[in-house]
Amino acid sequence: MRAGKALRGVAVALAGTLALTACGGGGDAADSGPAKLRMTVWSANEAHLKLFNEIADEYRKSHPDVAEIKFDPLPFDSYTTTLTTQIAGGNAPDLAWVFENSAPDFVASGALLPLDDTLKKAEGYQYEDLSPATLKLWQNDGKLYAYPFSTSPFGVFVNTDMVKKAGQKTPAELIAAGQWTWDNALATAAAAGAKSGKAGLVIRDFDYKGWDNLSTFWTGWGAQAWSEDGKTCGFNSPEMVDAMTTLHEATFTQKALPGPGTTADFFAGDSAMTITQISRASLLKDGGFGWDLVPLPAGPKGNYAVVGQAGLGVMKKSPHAKQAADFLAFFTNPTNSAKLAQFFPPPRQSQLTAETLAKTNPKLKPEQLQKVVIDGITNGVVKPSHAGQAELSQQVRAGLDPLWQPNADVKAVLDGVCAKIQPLLAK
Amino acid sequence: MTQTDTRVGPATAGPTPGPARPFWTTRRRDQLTGYLFITPQLLGSAVFVILPLILVVWYSLHEWNVLAGTFDFVGTDNYQALADDPNLGAVLRATGLFSVGLVVFNLGLALLLAVLLNQRLRGTILFRTLFFSPVVVSLVAWTIVWGFLLQDNGGLNSLLDTVGVDGPNWLRGEGTAMVSVIVVQVFKNVGLNMVLFLAALQGVPADLYEAAEVDGASRLRQFWRITVPLISPTILLTSIITVVGSLQVFAQIAVLTQGGPGTSTTVLVYYLYQQAFQFHHFGYGATLSIVLFAIVLALTVLQWQMRKRWVFHES
Repeated sequence: MRAGKALRGVAVALAGTLALTACGGGGDAADSGPAKLRMTVWSANEAHLKLFNEIADEYRKSHPDVAEIKFDPLPFDSYTTTLTTQIAGGNAPDLAWVFENSAPDFVASGALLPLDDTLKKAEGYQYEDLSPATLKLWQNDGKLYAYPFSTSPFGVFVNTDMVKKAGQKTPAELIAAGQWTWDNALATAAAAGAKSGKAGLVIRDFDYKGWDNLSTFWTGWGAQAWSEDGKTCGFNSPEMVDAMTTLHEATFTQKALPGPGTTADFFAGDSAMTITQISRASLLKDGGFGWDLVPLPAGPKGNYAVVGQAGLGVMKKSPHAKQAADFLAFFTNPTNSAKLAQFFPPPRQSQLTAETLAKTNPKLKPEQLQKVVIDGITNGVVKPSHAGQAELSQQVRAGLDPLWQPNADVKAVLDGVCAKIQPLLAK
Repeated sequence: MTQTDTRVGPATAGPTPGPARPFWTTRRRDQLTGYLFITPQLLGSAVFVILPLILVVWYSLHEWNVLAGTFDFVGTDNYQALADDPNLGAVLRATGLFSVGLVVFNLGLALLLAVLLNQRLRGTILFRTLFFSPVVVSLVAWTIVWGFLLQDNGGLNSLLDTVGVDGPNWLRGEGTAMVSVIVVQVFKNVGLNMVLFLAALQGVPADLYEAAEVDGASRLRQFWRITVPLISPTILLTSIITVVGSLQVFAQIAVLTQGGPGTSTTVLVYYLYQQAFQFHHFGYGATLSIVLFAIVLALTVLQWQMRKRWVFHES
């Protein structure tokens, strides 16, 4: 009897709660009045946010229907997880930055609003100026779902002081002599590391987990994580086995790269070289050490370039999707794109000139911009991405873990990676 | 408070003879007061515990694609996927290994420390404070610092290097990663169990030991025959808390190993997080959380049942 009463009480309480939550859920659907837009970003850099806010303020002057545009920085490491959790929780932003590795998921899911019409119709937008190569990843069935606001090539930053102290030729000298190959780059890194007692070459953000950053290495061997159509695993291809064997030897025998579990930050002077995107040049401190930025060394397959991308999309479910798309068109128009170019290499061909980029990248010399940035964007291979990337990525990481032991059997480990991911690729 | 109410109740209602009894009887008033007291807690539990529990069961019957915004009923598909999941075996093994390692090491060390610190010696207060202090430190901060210490070129290996030992790469070796995570967790929380054991030890009457000594029992025999039986309720309590806590470990794994190397430290909660929040399989994540719930419930019931066998002294 008592238990029955108690149960009834719980039921009443639950019903009340459900009613309350139901009321709460309906709140933002019936929005009227000026829109408040929110854009999630992964940069909390003050200079970036200042520029974004300036552009937003200018937009609002001519658009009274938009009351507020808020840039909401989410932590870089957990950006996509946080974003999808917000979407799941009914708290989706109106606009969002999207990493290239989650591009296929976002583009194919239907979560984003197609942008072609809005952008093409926007006054003075010059849609045809956008480089087709940079748009590919963000298109599905001929529609553009996100604007590639940053197409940032990978280059090699070099601590020339450390290289010279080890009595090695600098990469610039090697390039001039036509000898900037991976063999020489690794030998230089090993010598500079040994001489200084610090690290040689650091593939930034790899840390023996972020394996997609290794594409900056294996692309030189012509290797791919998976085939173009995304259906066949490429980890056990002969090219990949060669590339990974070289990397393994460079790490554990030659000691050109710091081993697993060792942290070394190039920009703090801990390593002789690092592979990273050019946007990291802002981390260089004036008067810290002598440095240079050079293209990736040539692999057995010759010269190559790798780019990382970031897109900006409008969430289809946003109650203010139309205003958000309109703001996106303003945010990325030729004038604002030129302003954003100081941080994010733009997809606009007319702005991809050494002169334009030099104005806003004071730390880089025109030939660095030409060789690394412009040539990189034009010829670069985008880092690997695939639908269901997070799950694939986790399987590859787990599969590659045995490789990071001194006595690993490279071919066997890579066969193991393919055994793990082939069922996912075939889906 | 209730007593004054009971007196006021009939007084205000007035002495009304006959069958018409007032609605607010003493009993009803007491009940109302009781319910009012528990309402805040009940509401909190309803919103944050019971409702999510019901929803998790509901979600586990659906395929929920957050990005596409679809929520389709799939019946028992997620449970079928659970049965076919090639990773589940490794995940449960890692979970079991972590729990067993943690419980054995944590309770063993906590009891040892408690016995040592229960002696009347100088400086025991200082050591008690030292061993307890990690309990109040932020878990993530604690784990991050340990992450630095356990790196290949980190503090621990530098220390080993000075005595000529070439330390392993703690967080990267298949065997050492799990041990590292367990040790970090034990050092974090051993103080709490230690304090509970200390309190229990101090409740053991001294005359029992005196009597045992007179009878010629060794210290070890005294420990097994007097101490352990008398503190068995505390052993039960700490083991339940530790087992349940060990199954819910997340932050340490996320910070130190992200489930690697391979899947050697992918425990159930971390796997659940990966499936739901990283791979966007919310339905399957919900299914895994039901598995976790069932395991925790079963272990707790089992331990509670077992108390009849080995808890000798229950008040």
